[in-house]
Amino acid sequence: MIPGLHHYLIVSGLLFSLGLFGVLARRSLLVIYMSLELMLNAANLALVAFSRFNNNLNGQVMVFFIITVAAAEVAVGLALIVALYRKRQSAHVEDLTRLKY
Amino acid sequence: MPELQDILFYAFAGLTLLCGFLCVANPLSRNPVTSAMFLVLTIISMAGLYVLLHAFFLAAVQVLVYAGAVMVLFLFVIMLLDLREEERRKLNGAAVGIGAIAVGTIAGILTRALWHAQPLAKVAAAEGATRSLGRILFTQYLLPFEVLSILLLVAMVGVILLSRKELK
Repeated sequence: MIPGLHHYLIVSGLLFSLGLFGVLARRSLLVIYMSLELMLNAANLALVAFSRFNNNLNGQVMVFFIITVAAAEVAVGLALIVALYRKRQSAHVEDLTRLKY
Repeated sequence: MPELQDILFYAFAGLTLLCGFLCVANPLSRNPVTSAMFLVLTIISMAGLYVLLHAFFLAAVQVLVYAGAVMVLFLFVIMLLDLREEERRKLNGAAVGIGAIAVGTIAGILTRALWHAQPLAKVAAAEGATRSLGRILFTQYLLPFEVLSILLLVAMVGVILLSRKELK
């Protein structure tokens, strides 16, 4: 079957679900962060596919912006994780319960 | 006889999904470094998908920014923190099971809805996509582009502030 728009969207949806599963099931902050990146990438893939099949470049510009914002977000998030690790000696979500009780 | 592009689509899509799965739920290893490496592979095969979609500039940016800069940052932080403990901990079985059910349902609904959708007719590619992307970026999207550079500056200052020795 010749791949069309919906093939790309199915790949994107499955990739998003994988990222969501990582966020729900894993317990290490870093792996959760990587799963978030996976979800962002899935959204990017859908946008690029829409941009290609509608012959409209605005989707690609949006992906360009998303990649830049994701880079900034990763830098700040990882700095937060390092600062948290310095205080608590752990990067494990089950140890970070100060707001819970 | 399917064309090479179609075969490449299935190859890259399969590789993307396989490496994505191994990144979040590797049955053999729970080491964060393994996850990071599989995330690099996922990102590179997604760049292949971008090339098939004629988004050449974005494919290059994907490899340079994601596989290059972002993943190096991830690996640096993994090296900085001692995450050996993660491998010794037991997984929360209930969380994994309920997560799998929820995510499987979402994936099933998405796939089913898209599978039955009317496929869009394939349109001719915009020629010289990189040039027109640059033009649209520096005319129509000039203000967001400049705001984004300020955002990067703010992020840089924030990271320097956060990684000071004595964090208040």
